[in-house]
Amino acid sequence: MPVKTDVTGEVVTAYLSGELDHHTAREMREAIDAAVDRNMPTLLILDFRDVSFMDSSGIGLVMGRYRNLQRTGAALHVVNTPPQIYKVMQLAGLNRLAKLEKGGVRIETD
Amino acid sequence: MKPINRFALTLPSHSANEAFARAAVAAFLTQLDPTVEEIGDIKTAVSEAVTNCIVHAYPDTIGKIYITVDLHADRTVTVRIRDAGCGIADVAQAMEPLYTTAGGERAGLGFAVMQSFMDGVKVRSKLGRGTTVTLKKKLSLRVASHAGTR
Ligand SMILES: Nc1ncnc2c1ncn2[C@@H]1O[C@H](COP(=O)(O)OP(=O)(O)O)[C@@H](O)[C@H]1O
Ligand SMILES: [Mg+2]
Repeated sequence: MPVKTDVTGEVVTAYLSGELDHHTAREMREAIDAAVDRNMPTLLILDFRDVSFMDSSGIGLVMGRYRNLQRTGAALHVVNTPPQIYKVMQLAGLNRLAKLEKGGVRIETD
Repeated sequence: MKPINRFALTLPSHSANEAFARAAVAAFLTQLDPTVEEIGDIKTAVSEAVTNCIVHAYPDTIGKIYITVDLHADRTVTVRIRDAGCGIADVAQAMEPLYTTAGGERAGLGFAVMQSFMDGVKVRSKLGRGTTVTLKKKLSLRVASHAGTR
């Protein structure tokens, strides 16, 4: 399973693993969305610690989740991004939308 | 400039081959002892170009993707990714950040990633004929990491 989810109160954490590209994005997206639909969190945390590669398909995945969460006003945090992944996120300008921190991105929806 | 080594690979455009294509290119490069960051940059750029062949060039069919990697004596790496798919009408527009013709969750950032992670990106395309993307990167000079042992 490329995604393990953990629910604590109103927080859903999705631990992604493996390589995130166009081929694998769909299965990851479906697993994350299923957990969000089931639990209606106020905060979704995407944990990238076990993701070994990501291309711009990962940006699509993060932005897509961000758009969905905006409807309910929930927040999105992207945490524990390895260097290669951080570089792609930084290039994508996720920092313009959110606070880009070392090792992660915090996207506060409003 | 004649390459000192070359690798060529042809793959059908199954999305499962995205991971294989970038891993194969990275494995061939290891003979130049690139840094971890350089390998990551090249893998990411190759992944973008190969994914574009799969998603855009051959949207409803399985076509062939032709990849060649040339290594040069001055440590320049050239990766060519070619398809015989639908082609691009306006290359300059296609390369603009956030431009995408596929809906869904394409970010429109593939070319932006290639341009930012490589030293050079050239795109030649003909409508109905196909597209060739040429990626170039000059690897840094490295002191042999095992010098001084023994
Ligand atoms: N090999 C290709 N064949 C046909 N069209 C392509 C090809 N590569 C890119 N394109 C076009 O260029 C656009 C931008 O590509 P890109 O920056 O990778 O973004 P994305 O793949 O997310 O759409 C694509 O939406 C597509 O219209
Ligand atoms: Mg693309």
